Amino acid sequence: MKDDQPLEIQKKQYKQMVDGVRPRPALARNVFRAFVVGGLIALIGQFLINFYQGRGLPLTEAGAAASATLVFLAALLTGLGIYDEIARFAGAGSIVPITGFANSMVAPAMEYRGEGLVLGVGARLFTIAGPVLVFGIVTAWAAALLYYFFR
Amino acid sequence: MPAAKKNGQQTVWFQNPPVIVATATIVGAKEGQGPLGHTFDKVVEDGYYGEKTWERGERRMLAEVMQTAVSRANLQPQNIDFLLAGDLLNQIISANFTARDLGIPFIGLYGACSTMYESMALGAMLIDGGYAENVLVGVSSHNSTAERQYRYPTEQGVQRPLHAQWTVTGAAAAVLSRQGTGPVITHATIGKVIDLGQGDPNDMGAAMAPAAADTMARHLADTARQPEYYDLFVTGDLGVYGRELALQLMRQKGYDISTRFNDCGVMIFSPEQDAHAGGSGCACSGVVTCGYLLQEVRAGRLKRFFGLGTGALLSPVSTMQGETVPGIAHGVVIEGR
Repeated sequence: MKDDQPLEIQKKQYKQMVDGVRPRPALARNVFRAFVVGGLIALIGQFLINFYQGRGLPLTEAGAAASATLVFLAALLTGLGIYDEIARFAGAGSIVPITGFANSMVAPAMEYRGEGLVLGVGARLFTIAGPVLVFGIVTAWAAALLYYFFR
Repeated sequence: MPAAKKNGQQTVWFQNPPVIVATATIVGAKEGQGPLGHTFDKVVEDGYYGEKTWERGERRMLAEVMQTAVSRANLQPQNIDFLLAGDLLNQIISANFTARDLGIPFIGLYGACSTMYESMALGAMLIDGGYAENVLVGVSSHNSTAERQYRYPTEQGVQRPLHAQWTVTGAAAAVLSRQGTGPVITHATIGKVIDLGQGDPNDMGAAMAPAAADTMARHLADTARQPEYYDLFVTGDLGVYGRELALQLMRQKGYDISTRFNDCGVMIFSPEQDAHAGGSGCACSGVVTCGYLLQEVRAGRLKRFFGLGTGALLSPVSTMQGETVPGIAHGVVIEGR
């Protein structure tokens, strides 16, 4: 790359150089870990559902109780500083399940405690989860609309 | 007519090279466990450093290294003509609030992670220009305060890409004086802001490498020196891959520095520490320079090095708005005396 070349050409050449140096993520390993940990969380969920059903709850309510338990566990592990260590290992495996959602609520809540309860925790609680909620609700709304017209 | 103490386009030289009479460093636990752990004055295990927030903890580290450096130089704060300091937090609150307590005339600096070298270059200019007898320079950064400002909440579960770097927790300070004993600053090369279109805020090494290579090549051209003149070229926080990119860029400019080139971000953590590409942050170049590098110079094992602070001039807003990441690198020549 010569300095006297036009900047756009320098940028293009530099991009090639960066692409050559930048490390490739270990895709197969990451996918495998995500599969195992994500599956394990699902397995715990199933175990919890069976447990609550065994104690007499109907299926839907057992599911809700299992979700609540998982959310509680994820929040607890986040508070103890363990969840981010799991996520570092598991990647998407710990982000996608319901526990990832709990983590994304508790982490900002802890983080912004120093800025006060209302404008710190209150205002920032949904910084990570907010977009998920917004687009989740928008998608649900669109799906409902389609269902209404085309069922 | 060119300025009397300027060499070439971007380099200044010092008639009476200012002396680095005293330094002080503090680092966090992870840095203390790294390969350079034994070269720091103090390792703080608690990220809060006994304070209520991480920001206050960072500030306490900065205040402490500054007080230590001043007392090691056998000076009082009122003997210091100027305080030059900066950090990574919005509106450089760590430096501003520390200056509030020190009562030294203060010039706040922001050069992102290049601030340590920016402050040494400016401090040396103030002294050799005859405007100051003693200048105190210092920087701080903190992994938790930087992460939450630039990226995610610290307990957020995310998998960082392999080229991401780990913001160093720590603070460093140095007292520069017109006279005294210790390593001296003979030249400073002020860098230009360079942007070759890298937009990944996680890959700051790639964003800063062109600036580092530009300043190194410019320095060699300005001073008409060959790379062999220096024992070491050392950049602030390019990381493993940024260092490789800077080497390749230097080769294209006609300089082979591969046998004498290192990076503070690579030096401060070992690969087993899971810091990925290496350390970053103001304190990265700060603590490695004021700790390990200057100790090597004082011990005579390192005679002369060209150190560069490298800064990625991004903000969370610029990243969100899709801007690329401009880089900057300021260098100073430090010699053993």
